[in-house]
Amino acid sequence: MAEYLLIMPEIILAVLAALIVIVDLRVKKKDSDVIAWLTFIGIALAFAATLVYIHPMGGKQIWGGMLRSDDLSKIFRLVFLFGAGATVLFAKGYEVIGRRGEFYILLVLSTLGMNLMGASADLIMLFVAIETASLPLYIMAGFMTDNERSIEAGFKYLLFGAMTSTLMLYGFSLLYGFAGTTDIYQLAQGIAAGNVPAVALVGSIVLVLIGFGFKISMVPFHFWAPDVYEGAPTPVTGFLSTASKAAGFAVVTRVLFTAFPQAADVWMNYVAVLSAVTMTLGNLVALRQTNIKRMLAYSSIAHAGYILMGIAAGSQLGITGVVYYVAVYLLTNLAAFGIVVVYYNQVGSDEIKDYAGMSRRSPGLAFAMLLLFLSLGGIPPLGGFIGKVLVFAAAVKAGLVWLAVIGVLNAVVGLYYYLIVLKVVYLHRQEGDEAPLAISRAHSWVLAVCTLGVFLTGTVLLPVFRMSTDVALSLF
Amino acid sequence: MPDFPILSVIVLGPSVVGMLMMLIPGDRKKLIYKIALATAFVTFLLSLVVYALFEGAPAGEAGYKFVEQYSWLPQLGISYHVGVDGISAPLVLLTGIVIFTGVIISQRIDDRPREFFAFLFILATGVFGVFVALDMFVLFFFYEIAVFPMYLLIAIWGWKQTREYAAMKLTLYLVIGSVVSLVGALAMYFQSGLGTFDMIRLEGANFPVEFQIMWFPWVFIGFAILGGIFPFHNWSPDGHVAAPTAVSMFHAGVLMKLGAFAALRVGIMLMPEGARHHMSWMIFLTLVNVVYGAYIAMVQTDFKYVIGFSSVSHMGLVVMGFATLNHDGMVGAGVQMVSHGVMTALFFAVVGMVYDQAHTREISKLGGISKIMPIPTIAFIIGGLVSMGMPGFSGFIAEFPIFMGVWGDKNWAIQENYQWIAIVAAISIVITAAYIIRIIRSVFFGDVPEELEGHLHDVTISEKVALGTLSLVLVVIGIFPSVMVPMVETGVQRVLELLGGI
Repeated sequence: MAEYLLIMPEIILAVLAALIVIVDLRVKKKDSDVIAWLTFIGIALAFAATLVYIHPMGGKQIWGGMLRSDDLSKIFRLVFLFGAGATVLFAKGYEVIGRRGEFYILLVLSTLGMNLMGASADLIMLFVAIETASLPLYIMAGFMTDNERSIEAGFKYLLFGAMTSTLMLYGFSLLYGFAGTTDIYQLAQGIAAGNVPAVALVGSIVLVLIGFGFKISMVPFHFWAPDVYEGAPTPVTGFLSTASKAAGFAVVTRVLFTAFPQAADVWMNYVAVLSAVTMTLGNLVALRQTNIKRMLAYSSIAHAGYILMGIAAGSQLGITGVVYYVAVYLLTNLAAFGIVVVYYNQVGSDEIKDYAGMSRRSPGLAFAMLLLFLSLGGIPPLGGFIGKVLVFAAAVKAGLVWLAVIGVLNAVVGLYYYLIVLKVVYLHRQEGDEAPLAISRAHSWVLAVCTLGVFLTGTVLLPVFRMSTDVALSLF
Repeated sequence: MPDFPILSVIVLGPSVVGMLMMLIPGDRKKLIYKIALATAFVTFLLSLVVYALFEGAPAGEAGYKFVEQYSWLPQLGISYHVGVDGISAPLVLLTGIVIFTGVIISQRIDDRPREFFAFLFILATGVFGVFVALDMFVLFFFYEIAVFPMYLLIAIWGWKQTREYAAMKLTLYLVIGSVVSLVGALAMYFQSGLGTFDMIRLEGANFPVEFQIMWFPWVFIGFAILGGIFPFHNWSPDGHVAAPTAVSMFHAGVLMKLGAFAALRVGIMLMPEGARHHMSWMIFLTLVNVVYGAYIAMVQTDFKYVIGFSSVSHMGLVVMGFATLNHDGMVGAGVQMVSHGVMTALFFAVVGMVYDQAHTREISKLGGISKIMPIPTIAFIIGGLVSMGMPGFSGFIAEFPIFMGVWGDKNWAIQENYQWIAIVAAISIVITAAYIIRIIRSVFFGDVPEELEGHLHDVTISEKVALGTLSLVLVVIGIFPSVMVPMVETGVQRVLELLGGI
C-alpha cells in the first residue's frame, strides 16, 4: 500500500487526464474555462500530494527497482508541477489552445512523464518516461494547425527529438550489454565488473549525453530550440524552456553521478567544455535577436550552459547550485514568457521593438519584467544572482577557474541584451502607448507569485538552499 | 540607543520606501516628491547620528562600531554582518548628504518621478550597503544593487544625445569589474578554508604570498574600475555627462568612492602582501589618472565634461593615497573621498542649475551667470577652491597628506625613491587651478550672451539650501579638520596593522 502513496502525484495526474476527456465531452459551452480550472485544481492536488505523501529519508527503490523515491525526485516533482500549473493559467486565455480539452490532456500527460523522468531508477523506465514527456510536447508545439510556424515547430521538434532519442536508446543498449543490467544504481558495479574498454564506455556516455543534451538544449544539440520556441504557442514555449529543461537536468544529474562515477574525470571535462561553449554561443547569438521569444530561446541555451557548470564541478556544492539555479530559472522564465503571453494577447506582436512604451501602458507589468530580466542577468537582490554565485563558486572550488571566468564574462554579455529589452520597455515611445494593458486576474496572480518568488529566493536564501542541498545529498 | 539597528535602517529604509512608492498612483507627483524628500532627509539625519555618535559608541570586534549580525546562509558562512569603522563612517555621512541634496535638486523631474525616486533609493541602498558591509557576500550583493539602477536612471532621465550609449558603457564596465572581483573573492573564500565570507575572520586567514600576488590584481582592479582607475576610466566622464543632475551627483560623488572603498576593504585589507607587491607599479596608473585626467579636463569645451574629467583626476589621488600604504597617504585618501564627494556633488548641482536654464553647456556660449545666480556662483567658487587644494578648505586637508605620504616613508616591496611622483602629481594642482579659473571667468563672470538674455532667473530657496549644505561641509572640514581626520585615522590604523605595523 505504501508504494502507491509514493506515486500518488502520478496517479492523480493519470486520473486527471482521464477526467478531462470525460468533462470535455460534457461541456457544451465551448467558451468556458471549466477545463482549465479543472486541470489547475488537479495539478494543485498533485502538488499537495507530493508535499504530503513523499517524505524520503535517504533514498529507496520502489516498484521493483523501476523508480526511486528520494529528495531529487521529490523536489523536481514540485518543480514540474509548479511549471505545469502556471502554464495552465497562462494558456487559459490564449488563442486556439486555451479552450481545447486536448491541450490540457497533453500537458498533464507530459507532466506525468517528467515526474517519472525525475524518479526513474532503471534505463527502460527512464526511456519510457522521457518519451511520455516528449511526445505530448511535440503535439503541443504544433498545436496551432492553421499557423505554419507552429506546425514547423512541432515537426522540427519531433524530428530532432526522434533522432536524439534513438541515439540515446542505442547508448542505453550498449550500457546494458556492458554491464548486464538496466538498473541505474547497479550500472556502476556492472561496468566495473565487466572490464568495459574505456573507449566503449566513453562512447556510450557520449550517446547518452546526446539524448539528454537535446532535452536541455545543450550545444551542439540546440538547433531545434530557437525555431521551436518561436513557433510554438507561447505558454507551451514557457513550459518547454522551464519544466522540460528541468526534467533534462534531473536526469543528467542522476545518471551521470550514479551510473558513471568511475569515468567522472572524463565526462566532467566534456561537460566543462560543453558548458563553456553552450553559454558563449547562446549569449552571442541572443545579442542579435529582434524577436523576444527567439531572444529568450537563445538566452535559455545560455542558462543551460551556466547550470552545466555546476554539474561540471561534480561536487555537492555544484549540485546544490544546479538545483537552486533550476528552481529560480523556472520561476523567472515562466513569468517572463507569461509576460510575453499577456503582451501578445493585447498587442499581437512578439517583436522587441513593439515593447516600446510598455512601462507607460502598465507600470506594474513593466516593473515585474524589470525584476525578472535583471534576475536572468544575475543582479541581486534576485534569485538569479544567488544561482549564479553558487555555480561560479562550485567551479572555482573545483579548480575550474577558467570556466568561472568565461561564466562571469558571459553573465555580462547576457546582462547587455536584457538591458536592451528593458530600455525599449522603459525608454522608447510609440503611437498609442497611453492605453493601459488589460491583464486577467489569474494571469496577474501567477506573475505576482513568480516575481515575488524570484525576489524571495534572492533575499531569504535558506529554504531553497536547504532543498537544493537535500537533493545534492541524495546523490552523494 | 544601543539596540536600535540604525545601520540596517539607513541601508534598507530607502529601498523599502522606494518599493512602497511604486504603489502610489504615478500622477500624484507632488506627494511623491514630498515622500522622497522626507525619506532622504531622515536618512541624512540618521547618517549624521551615526557620524556624531561614532566616537562614543562601544567598539565591537576589530574596532567596528554599530555592529549588527544576523545569520543568513550559515551553510556557506554567509551572514548579514554590518558595521562602520573610521573610514566608512564618513562615507555613510557623505552618502546621506548627497542623497538629501540630490533629491532637493531633482524637484523638477517631471517624467515618471515615482520610478525615478524609486530607482534612486535602490541605488542609495546599494551604496550604503557596501560601505557598511563586513561580509564579503553582503558587499557584493549591495555592490551589484548599486550598479544596475544607474543604467535606468541614466538611460531614461539622462541627456538625450548620449544617454543610451553612456548608460550601457557604464553598466558593462562596472559589471565586468565586479564579476572579475567576484571570481577573486570566491578564490579567497575557498583558499582560506575557513568556510566563511566574514571579512573580519578572513583578515586573519594569512593567505600564502603567492596566492595574494596572483589574486590581488583581480580584486583590486575589478573594484578600482568603479573608482575610475586608468586605463579603465573612460566610462566615467561619459556617464557623468549623460546622467541627470542628481544622478551625476550620486555617481561622481558617491559611487566612485564605492569602487575605491571596496578595493581597500577586499583588496588591500584581505591581501596586504599582494598590495605590497603590486602597488609599486599600480601607483603609476594612479599618477596617469591624476595628471592626464586634469589635462583632459582643461581642454574640454563642455562645462559638464570638465567636471567629469576632474573627477578622474581627483579619484586618482584617492587611489594614489591608498597605494602609498602608509599612514599619511591613507588618511589623506580617506578624507579625500569625502571631500571630493561633496565637492563634485556641488559642482554637478551647479552645472545642472545652469544647464536647466541656459540649455547649453558650451563654455563659450555661457557668461555672466554670477549676475543672475549669485549663490550658485559662490558655491561653485568654494568648490573650485577645494578642488585646487586651497588651505582653509577640505581639499587641502585631504590632498596635502596624500602628497606627504607619497614623499614620505615607504611601505612598498620596492624601496626605491618615488619622491618624483609627488612632484609630478603636484603639477595637477596647477592644471586644476587653470581649468577651474577658466570656468569661473568665462561662465560666471563677464557679460551675459545675447541669446541667454531673459532666459535666466535665480534658483529656488530649496536649491540654495542644498548648495549651502554642501558648501558648509567643505568649509567646516577645511577649518576644523579635527571633525573628521582623527576618525579616519582610527580606521587607517587598522589597515596599517594588517599591513604589518609601521
